[in-house]
Amino acid sequence: MTKDNKKGKKPITITLPKTRTGITGLDQITGGGIPAGRPTLVCGQAGCGKTLLSLEFIVRGALEFDEPGVFMAFEEKSDELALNVASLGFDLYKLQNDKKLKLDYVHIDRSEIEETGEYDLDGLFIRLDYAIKSIGAKRVVLDTIENLFAGLSNQAILRAELRRLFQWLKDKGVTAIITGESDGPSLTRQGLEEYVSDCVILLDHRVINQISTRRLRIIKYRGSIHGTNEYPFLIDHEGISVLPITSLVLEKEVSTDRISSGIPALDKMLGGPGFYHGSSILVSGTAGTGKTSIAACFINKACINKKRCLYFAFEESPKQIIRNMRSIGMDLQTHVDSGVLEFHAARPTVHGLEQHLVAMHKTIKTFKPDVVVLDPITNLITVGSVSEVKSMLIRLVDFLQEEQITVMFTALSLNTGISEQTDEGISSLVDAWLLVRDIESNGERNRGLYVMKSRGMKHSNQVREFIITDNGIDLVDVYLGPDGILTGSAREAQKLQEQTGRVLRTNAMGLKDREIDRKRKVLEAKIASLQTEFESVEDELNKVYIEEELVKKVTEDNRKELLRMRSEGHARGDKTGK
Amino acid sequence: METKKYNYELRLYVAGKTAKSQTALANLHKYCEEYLQGEYKIEVIDLLVKPQLAEGDQIFAVPTLVRKVPEPIRKIIGDLSDEEKVLVGLNIRPVNMKQ
Repeated sequence: MTKDNKKGKKPITITLPKTRTGITGLDQITGGGIPAGRPTLVCGQAGCGKTLLSLEFIVRGALEFDEPGVFMAFEEKSDELALNVASLGFDLYKLQNDKKLKLDYVHIDRSEIEETGEYDLDGLFIRLDYAIKSIGAKRVVLDTIENLFAGLSNQAILRAELRRLFQWLKDKGVTAIITGESDGPSLTRQGLEEYVSDCVILLDHRVINQISTRRLRIIKYRGSIHGTNEYPFLIDHEGISVLPITSLVLEKEVSTDRISSGIPALDKMLGGPGFYHGSSILVSGTAGTGKTSIAACFINKACINKKRCLYFAFEESPKQIIRNMRSIGMDLQTHVDSGVLEFHAARPTVHGLEQHLVAMHKTIKTFKPDVVVLDPITNLITVGSVSEVKSMLIRLVDFLQEEQITVMFTALSLNTGISEQTDEGISSLVDAWLLVRDIESNGERNRGLYVMKSRGMKHSNQVREFIITDNGIDLVDVYLGPDGILTGSAREAQKLQEQTGRVLRTNAMGLKDREIDRKRKVLEAKIASLQTEFESVEDELNKVYIEEELVKKVTEDNRKELLRMRSEGHARGDKTGK
Repeated sequence: METKKYNYELRLYVAGKTAKSQTALANLHKYCEEYLQGEYKIEVIDLLVKPQLAEGDQIFAVPTLVRKVPEPIRKIIGDLSDEEKVLVGLNIRPVNMKQ
């Protein structure tokens, strides 16, 4: 952890005074610029941008940091130089008139020069000194001092003089860039790196698979921590931009704000309000599943909510997208007109991956969007390998998250082939992953949408049928029948079938009810008859009982009568008998 | 400037009175007297005094001898110790050379 931090964090305590170059990104990887008051060597092969980099250093210094600079050219004439960089918007003549810049062209032509005996390069020193003093320069560029070696034959003198020159520059306290052409394995033809030992920057221009990429690497930087990777850089109409995109630390701010996906039903699947602001979303699916429509829906909603959106299209032209989306009820043109939406369409093959990244980076920096869409990332595979695309996307996501920009990628997945790997590759990187899949049955294809993952929020695990209507996109519940998931017309059929079933069932219910009614009536009748039967039996039984009672009573009465009569008869009989 | 035209107009750029520049100047005078008597003009420019002149003649080393006339401009750098080279450099005709 501590080790990682040491590597990744920019140095907080800068021991070495640095001069900012003003070149986008370069100051970041050098941790604040090149060493102040010392010479820096910029080397590279022909056409790699050495002159431009050094000239931009001077111009930016003059314009942005109020540090006038001297540009001593050994290769190109002042006018040529001025013309070459005019396309970048640098007006060297104006800067010269304003005394912010001095161009000095040193012409060395061997055919004009004869060497006899001892000499030194004081002439150069004096010229440089004069130029520095005339405008109070703080920055100096010598481009390319190695040309001296082509013009003069006495190497011993030259080497001694160069050593003296660099020491002299240090003593002057000017921040200098010395350019040198690399040749084969050595950094510069004449071994300038021996003399300039504080900071060495290597530029490289490589062509891989017919696509060129410019890269920059800091080979050494004494007394300072610096980025050690090869960083791609871009030369465009604004000069050089270097991208130190890989941020090694994961210390991004996170937001709990949500942003709607533009599809209410999808928002519901994501637990209500939609995606997190500043998250990355991957929409993957096979061809024709409506990935672009989902993306368009997303930005349409964002534009309505007055968020700025940027759409990088690698497949279709902006006009095509606008037309197509109009057919499903989204008018993106109005957003383009009002300036909240911007399209950037480019074929992936126009330049290398890194260049794409740099270009996107720049566009994003200038447009400052809230939402970015890349459609589709799988097309980038044509210009790089899977791992390269992944590493590029990682850096892009990193950058976007740092800027708190929500990004949606679309990715085409095939059932086989490398493209699937891309979406596998990036799927671990993104915060939310929507998968649109064809569900083929009964001779038709329907789209099913799954939320494969959505970090940090409750989300539905169910598949929804995804339908594109004239009024946009909607999601409907799929029917889960006994035979599995039903979609499309099968779902409709199932619905109808259910309806019929319901009618039949109510009918059947009616019949049964009546049957029961009848049964009940029969039973009730039966109960009534049994009741009467019981009453008659009861009466019968009661009759016997009463009779018995009567008999018993009569017998009792009789017996009593008899008794009484007997007792009377006794008394009388006694009387008579005596 | 003087109006008189010389066949050879030479300019020697030096940076202060260093040993090298003294040698160069002495050598130059010697060759000129020997081969170009009356036809030459030597102008010595001390860049320490007039640094702004260095750019015009594309001076980067000192001492440098510049042949302004006749055209084309030729430059000889160094202390001019190699006589033959200087003569070739100045394109001084062999007819004037001593045998």
